[in-house]
Amino acid sequence: MTTFLSFLIIALTIVGIVQIVRIIEIATKLKGTDAQEVTSDQDNRYNALAMLIVGLGFTAFVAYSFKLWGHLVLPDPVSVHGEGIKLLWDTTMVLILITFFITQTLLFVFTYKYRGRKGNKALFQTHNNKLELLWTSVPAIVLTGLILFGLNTWNKTMVPDTSDAFVMEVYAQQFNWTARYAGDDNQLGKAHYTLIGGVNTLGVDVTDSLSHDDIVVREIHLPVNKQVLMKFRSQDVIHSAYMPHFNVQMNCVPGMSTQFSFTPTKTTKEMREDPEMIERMAYVNEARAKRGEGPAEFDYVMLCNKICGSAHYNMQIKVIVETQEEYDAWLKEQDTFKTLVSAN
Amino acid sequence: MSEHNEHHHHEETFITKYVFSTDHKMIAKQFLITAMVMGVIAILMSVFFRLQLAWPAEGYPILETFLGKWAPDGVMDPNIYLALVTIHGTIMVFFVLTGGLSGTFFNLLIPFQIGARDMASGFINMLSYWFFFLSSVVMVISLFVTSGPAAAGWTIYPPLSALPQAMPGSGLGMTLWLVSMALFIVSSLLGGLNYIVTILNLRTKGLSMTRLPLTMWAFLVTAILGVLSFPVLLSAALLLIFDRSFGTAFYLADIMIQGEMLTQTGGSPILFQHLFWFLGHPEVYIVLLPALGITSEVVSTNSRKPIFGYRAMVGSILAIGFLSFIVWGHHMFMTGMNPFLGSVFTFTTLLIAIPSAVKVFNYLTTLWKGNIQFTPAMLFSIGLVSTFISGGLTGLILGDSALDINVHDTYFVVAHFHIVMGLSAIFGMFAGIYHWFPKMYGKMMNKNLGYVHFWITFISAYGVFYPMHFIGMAGVPRRYYSNTAFPMFDGLVEINELVTVFAITGAVAQIFFFFNFFYSIYRGKNAPKNPWRSNTLEWTTPTHDRIHGNWPGELPTVHRWAYDYSKPGADEDFVPQVVPLKDGEEDH
Repeated sequence: MTTFLSFLIIALTIVGIVQIVRIIEIATKLKGTDAQEVTSDQDNRYNALAMLIVGLGFTAFVAYSFKLWGHLVLPDPVSVHGEGIKLLWDTTMVLILITFFITQTLLFVFTYKYRGRKGNKALFQTHNNKLELLWTSVPAIVLTGLILFGLNTWNKTMVPDTSDAFVMEVYAQQFNWTARYAGDDNQLGKAHYTLIGGVNTLGVDVTDSLSHDDIVVREIHLPVNKQVLMKFRSQDVIHSAYMPHFNVQMNCVPGMSTQFSFTPTKTTKEMREDPEMIERMAYVNEARAKRGEGPAEFDYVMLCNKICGSAHYNMQIKVIVETQEEYDAWLKEQDTFKTLVSAN
Repeated sequence: MSEHNEHHHHEETFITKYVFSTDHKMIAKQFLITAMVMGVIAILMSVFFRLQLAWPAEGYPILETFLGKWAPDGVMDPNIYLALVTIHGTIMVFFVLTGGLSGTFFNLLIPFQIGARDMASGFINMLSYWFFFLSSVVMVISLFVTSGPAAAGWTIYPPLSALPQAMPGSGLGMTLWLVSMALFIVSSLLGGLNYIVTILNLRTKGLSMTRLPLTMWAFLVTAILGVLSFPVLLSAALLLIFDRSFGTAFYLADIMIQGEMLTQTGGSPILFQHLFWFLGHPEVYIVLLPALGITSEVVSTNSRKPIFGYRAMVGSILAIGFLSFIVWGHHMFMTGMNPFLGSVFTFTTLLIAIPSAVKVFNYLTTLWKGNIQFTPAMLFSIGLVSTFISGGLTGLILGDSALDINVHDTYFVVAHFHIVMGLSAIFGMFAGIYHWFPKMYGKMMNKNLGYVHFWITFISAYGVFYPMHFIGMAGVPRRYYSNTAFPMFDGLVEINELVTVFAITGAVAQIFFFFNFFYSIYRGKNAPKNPWRSNTLEWTTPTHDRIHGNWPGELPTVHRWAYDYSKPGADEDFVPQVVPLKDGEEDH
C-alpha cells in the first residue's frame, strides 16, 4: 500500500510539473516574448536579486551560526599542547572567515550589480598584471606565516621531550580498548600477537621480566598535569584512538607501534564542576530525557575514529583524569600482570 | 553535400549508431546516461543513511522495501549502514564525478572545441565506454550479494577490507568492488590516453596552445593526472586481491581476528594508504578541474566578458595539477608517520591555496563589470565559485597537520570535501549539462525548471553540508552508524535532523532536473545554432543535421582565442574564434 502510494505521489508530481511547464510556455507565447531568447531582463533581475538575498543571507547566517551552534562544539582543549593548537585554530579561523566574508560578498554583490540588461555592454578586460601580482603575493605571504606557525605547533605537539613521561599502552581490537600500565619500572613488557590466549588478551610476554609489574585494565586513568607517553597497538584492523577533549588522535595499526605524548590539564571532577560544562550537560540531558534515557555525567572518553566494522560507532573506553594521589591509590588496587597470570 | 561528408556518411545500423558507436557525441551521451542512473542510486543511498542519522532506530517501511533483510522492521543494520556510505562514496567519486563528468564532457567537447572530426581513436573511445559500462554493472551486481556490498568505506583500507572475518562487506561484495574498480581504471586509462593524444595532435589550423579554451586546458591536465595516478590504484587493488585470495602479506601483519591467528607477517597496512592516496589526492582534482574548466567557459560566456587572466588561469591549472601529486600524505597525518614527513605534506598542501586563490579572484574579476546572463548554467557556475571558496577555505584547517589532529576523520572532513569537491564538481556538471544540452540533443532545456532546480539544490546543498562543520567540531567521527552511544553527542539531535531535512529536499529537487532533461529531449524547443552567443568552435557545427565528423566540408580555421566577448570595435558582443582578425586588431 505504501509503495503504491509513493508511486502515486511521484506520478502526480511529474504530472504537476508537466502542467506547470505547459502553463509557463503558453504564458510566454501569449506575452509574445521572443522564443529564441535565452534570458530576458526579467530573468536576470529576479535571479540576480535571489542571488543577492540567498548569498548574503547565507554569509550572514555563517556569522550567526557561531552564536547559534557555538555551544555544540568541543570545549577548549584541556591539554598542554592543545592550548597551542587552539591558538593556531583561532588564528586560522579568523583568516578563513575574513577571506570568506570578503570573497562571498564580492561574488554576490557583483552578480547582482552586473546583472545583464539589454543594451548594456561588458567591459573588455583581459588581464591586469598588477592586480594579479597582488592577489598572488598576498595569499603567498599570509600562507608562509600560517605554514610556519602550523609547523612549529606540529613539531611541539608530535616531537616533545618524553624523558619524564610515564609510559602506558592502549590496545585496540574489534570493538573495545584495553589499557596497560608499565608499573613501577615505567617500562612495558614485550608483547606479540602469537602469545594471545586465555587471560593474556594482549599477548604480553610472560617470560619478559619487565612485564611482571604491568597492569592491564579496562579504564584509562591519568594523573592531571603529568605527561603521559601513550603507545598504541592493534590486534586486527586499523583503529584510531581519538580523545577529542585533549586534541589527541593516533591510528592503531596491526603490525606496528604508534605513540602520542600529552599532558592533561584538568581533572574529570574539575570539568564536571565547570559552569560552562554544567550548562552543556543540562542541554545534553534534556535531549536524553526526550529519548527516554537517564541523565549522564560528563566524562572524558577515547573513541574509535577509523572505520573498523559493525560496532565501530560504539567502540569506547572511559578516561578519568584525577589528582596524583587519587591516581596512585587507584593503581595500587589493580592486580599486576604476574598476579593475573598466576591466578589463572 | 560536400565530398568529405559523403565520405564519412557510411550506412549506420541501430547497433553501430546507438550501442557500439564510435562517434564521440554518442559516447558522451552514453557516459552521461549511465552516470545519471548510477547517480540516482547514490542519491537514494544518501537519503537512507541520513534517515538513520537523524532518527536512529525508528522503523521505515521504505527501508525494508529497498534493503530487505538488512533492515528488519525498517530499522537499518549497522553493516548495511557502512555499505551504504561506502557505495555512495564510490559511486559519486568514481562513477558520477569521474566517469560521468569526464566521460561526458571530454568526449563531447574535445573534438568540438579543438576542431577535430572525432577522437584520435574512435574505437578506443568506444572501448572506454564499454569498460565503464561493465564496471558499473559489476558495481550494481555487488549490491545484491548475500553477504552485502563492500562496506569498508570508499577508501577500503586493509586489513578491514582484506579479511572477510572483519565484516560481512569484506566478502564477495569486496571482491566485486575490486573487479569493478579494475574495469573502471581500464576505462579511465583508455579514455585518458585518447584525450591527451587528441588535444595535442588534432587541433585545427590556427588553434595554438595559447588559444586553447580553458576548458581544454583543464581537461588536458585532468587526463594527464588520471593517466599518471590511476595505474597506481590498479596496482594497489591487485595487491589487495592477492592478499585477499592468495595468502600474500603486502598489507597484512601480525593479525588475530575473530579468535583466528593469521600467519601473514611483515606487510604494512599503511603501504596501501600511500598507494591509494597517490591516486586518491590527484583524484580530487580529476573531479574538480573539469568542473572548473566548464565554469571558466560558462562564466566568461554569460558575463559577456573575456575570462580574466587567461595565462594565470592556465598557470594555476598546471600548478594545481603538479602540486596534487605531492600532497597525498595529508590524508595520513594520524597514521603515525614520521612528524617530519607530516611537515612536508603540510607545506605542499597549503601551497595549493595560492593557485586556488588566483582562480577564485580571476572568476570574481570576470564577473566585475560584466553583463551577466543568468542562464541555469550560469547560476550553477556561480554556485560553484561560492562552494569552491567555502570548501577550499576549510582545507586550510585540514591541511595543517596540527589542526588536523582533532578534526581528522570527523564530520568536519565530510563537510569539507563534500562542499569543495562534491558540490563544486556536481555544480560544474550541471552547468555543463544545461550549457551543452543544445549541442547534445539539438533542443533547449526548459529555463524555468532549471531555475527551480538550481535554487532548491543550492540552498539544500549548503543546508546539508554547512551544519556538518559543527557536528565535526563537536568531535563526531564519520562512518558512525549512530551517535547515541556517547552522551557528548546527544546535544546534536536537532542539527542532525536539520541536515536530513535538507538532504531529502535536495534529493527531491533533482526530480526537476531529471524531468527537464528527458522532457526536453523529446519536447524541448529546437535549439538555435549558437544559443548562448558563444565564441568556441562547437557552436559552428550544424545543430540538427548532426553528422559523424562534426563539420560538413572543411574543418574550421581558428583566428583568435575563445574569449573575445564585448570587444571594442566588434559589431556584436561576441566574436567567434573562426572570424579572422581585422586589420590592426590585436590578438589577446
